[in-house]
Amino acid sequence: MSEKKKVEGDLRLDQVSKTFGDFVAVDDLSLVIPKGSFFALLGPSGCGKTTTLRMIAGLEEPSSGKILIGDTDITEAKAYERPVNTVFQNYALFPHLTIFENVAFGLRRRGIKDVNEAVEKVLNLVELAHLKNRKPGQLSGGQQQRIALARAVVNRPALLLLDEPLGALDLKLRRQMQIELKWIQTEVGITFVHVTHDQEEAMTMADTIAVMNNGRIEQMGSPADLYENPRTVFVANFLGQSNFIDGEVEASDGENLVVSLKGSKIALPKSRNNAKSSSLKLGIRPEKFRLHTADEKLTGNFLKGGVITDISFFGVSTQYLVEMPWKQELMVFEQNDGGAPDLEKGDAVTLSWEPQFTFALDGDAK
Amino acid sequence: MKHWLSKNLIRIYAAAAIFYILLPILYTVAFSFNDADKRNIVWQGFTLSAWLNPCEPIGICEALGNSFKVGITATIASTILGTMIAFALGRYNFRGRATTNLLIFLPMATPEVVLGASLLSMFINIQIGAGLVPVIIAHIMFCISFVVVTVKARVASLDPKLEEAARDLYANEWETFRRVTFPLVAPGIAAAALLAFALSFDDFIITNFNSGTLNTFPEYVWTASLRGVPPQANVIGTLMFVIALAIVFAGQVISKRRQTRR
Amino acid sequence: MSIAHTSSSEKVFAPAKKSHRTAYLLLAPGLVWLLIFFAFPLLNLAETSTKTPAPSFETGEFVQTLRFANFIDAFSANQEQFFRSFFYALCATVLALAISYPLAYAIAFRSGVWKNFMLVMVIAPFFTSFLLRTLAWKQILGAEGPVVSVLQFLRILPADATITATAFSVIMGLTYNFLPFMTLPIYASLDRIDYRLLEASGDLYANSATTFRKVTLPLSMPGVVAGTLLTFIPASGDYINAQLLGSPGNFMIGNVINSRFFRVVDYPTAASLSFILMASILVLIVIYIRRAGTDELV
Repeated sequence: MSEKKKVEGDLRLDQVSKTFGDFVAVDDLSLVIPKGSFFALLGPSGCGKTTTLRMIAGLEEPSSGKILIGDTDITEAKAYERPVNTVFQNYALFPHLTIFENVAFGLRRRGIKDVNEAVEKVLNLVELAHLKNRKPGQLSGGQQQRIALARAVVNRPALLLLDEPLGALDLKLRRQMQIELKWIQTEVGITFVHVTHDQEEAMTMADTIAVMNNGRIEQMGSPADLYENPRTVFVANFLGQSNFIDGEVEASDGENLVVSLKGSKIALPKSRNNAKSSSLKLGIRPEKFRLHTADEKLTGNFLKGGVITDISFFGVSTQYLVEMPWKQELMVFEQNDGGAPDLEKGDAVTLSWEPQFTFALDGDAK
Repeated sequence: MKHWLSKNLIRIYAAAAIFYILLPILYTVAFSFNDADKRNIVWQGFTLSAWLNPCEPIGICEALGNSFKVGITATIASTILGTMIAFALGRYNFRGRATTNLLIFLPMATPEVVLGASLLSMFINIQIGAGLVPVIIAHIMFCISFVVVTVKARVASLDPKLEEAARDLYANEWETFRRVTFPLVAPGIAAAALLAFALSFDDFIITNFNSGTLNTFPEYVWTASLRGVPPQANVIGTLMFVIALAIVFAGQVISKRRQTRR
Repeated sequence: MSIAHTSSSEKVFAPAKKSHRTAYLLLAPGLVWLLIFFAFPLLNLAETSTKTPAPSFETGEFVQTLRFANFIDAFSANQEQFFRSFFYALCATVLALAISYPLAYAIAFRSGVWKNFMLVMVIAPFFTSFLLRTLAWKQILGAEGPVVSVLQFLRILPADATITATAFSVIMGLTYNFLPFMTLPIYASLDRIDYRLLEASGDLYANSATTFRKVTLPLSMPGVVAGTLLTFIPASGDYINAQLLGSPGNFMIGNVINSRFFRVVDYPTAASLSFILMASILVLIVIYIRRAGTDELV
């Protein structure tokens, strides 16, 4: 790569589409990823997130649309011409080269003669300098993953792309790497674009998440934003769990709406309403419910007449399935902090929750 | 005892089978030391004279030289042509795959008599006749298929993500091939070249049809078999065997070393 | 059909790139070579097979008369050799299978550290001139060799009998020559079997004999079929073994074709015989392709 004006800035995708024959993998995608942020593309298998990543890397050509970094249009640029590096899912370390040469690969291709200092520095960053003369086949999965990261980061790209890099690691190692990746990103200051299907991973690491489904972005925002105020059923169910109950708007009462919910009247803050019609799907997260046995004075919204049908112990919390009079089973998480009542299967309970934790979508939303 | 027998019976059998495979080779080696001039059939005494005078019988070293000439030329040409085809088959999806596969496969399945006869027939018709060049042409022809099979297996086991990683790390198409693809496929190409050479060196039927007055080593042995094969032929046979074994074992040591280092 | 195999732990990646132009550029030189020096000569041979001797009766001079009766004449004159060739080839194939399968099994499953060494030993015959090896057998089985002496000593063989110059030694030679062709594909198939399948079989109450019959054997079938084809086809066209280890009474169709080419300069007959041989072999291949497709061939 010759010495050109350094390409940097926000990553912008402008109406990018990718079709494989009849199959539309990415459908008219537009988004802006601010420079220096940790961005996650989250979605189930086949939603188009990996295809999008590959198009940014230059490993796949968009069928239409533009990709820009700052003011520079990189849509036509080949993969080796872009200041973008990728950490691959199975690491793709070169088996015939030592760790040192693997990490130095990008630097050498760019014509940099003296690679020692840069390579040593990044190997120290991932704490694997002592392995520099080994071959990839001699390293463990976690070590390979860190080398793959080092190999990408050493090039100081404008963008670092990560394609489900933690998928092959066991749970504990994965958690550890999530923290490390986040730390490295803030240390190094490069824009990270992380593709994953693991919603917990996305929520812990990213500043901004885009949830993708069927080639489109369903919703984009901060993890808290997406979690507490999902705008589609898909997002509500993909991030964490949700209970959905059908209801009807009856009246307006200042800042709240009065909603008729299976015979009871509950309050819905207008700011939490994303529905356009008066028939609603009301969403409440399981951990927002509280269970009560006695007929105490209840605050907030409440639903009576529930019967516990299942109890599962999760260590940190207990999950209850509660069957309501209208034959719907609701899911409730209670933290095992001693605050919840001692309950058994078959007990009659009332559920309550704070109105601001409700979110409402259109009644016929999918 | 019975348990030991049933577990090891197959191992004993395998050892016996391998001895059976090696038996004629051991015979050949042994009789290279025989103190006999032409009629090297009955053991007459130990001597190194065949080893010390390998080119004594008339025509043997000339034949050997011809075998090398043909072998090296055919190996280089067929390895290049075959490797290119292997890459095409292993990496690309193109129309006409089935026909290509068939065209590569058929020479391996055609009896050598038919291959040799058809080539000679054509060479006669176009007035080229027989000789060194027709033999080399023929050898390249039948070696290509074997090269393709060997290299294709290696190409197929090459993770395309490695080449993507190279491109991601600023290597253009040529650099990717030179620094990633080729080093990883090289062992397969080396094996294919060795195989091609072995096939060419040892070929008799097709060579016999197309060589005319020229003699390769197998042809020398064949003609000599009518009146008596001198021990020097055994010497050459033994040398071939030892060198080939050495190459194969060296190859294995090298590939073990590549996977681990220091 | 690949002799060059990948072991069960190596992954195989399907061809993905769509750019046709590069593929055709890569294919062109080799395929053109094969078209000119394999396909065309065969077509040329086909043309020769319907020729008849020139009116001048000069040796080697023939004219094209489209005499398809050549095939019938050639076949009927050499029926004996044809059937003998296929019979010998069949015997050799069966023997090779019987010898190779246990050997391949031992290498795949019971060899431990010796695996590579044993594989090299199986390929070892490739490293020496097969003529020398066949001549060695002629020596070993010959009248002055050890085998005959021992058998005569044990009174199994009568005093003046020979092993060479019989159908037995020709078949033996054929079997020996093609042993690696049978062993390697079977080994490749067996080596590819995921050992967890065998464990699962044991877990589902099968003893080792049943596991072999119901799991190992069926999974090794591709290798067996490949090895069978790779042995039978060249064996049926061979003439070296018959010439060196047999007598004129054992001659195969290959010997006839060879002599028709060189001794009796009768190209049309030689060509016709070649084609009948090829046709029979192609029938076998077509049956194979029907069941397995062409991608496994190469």
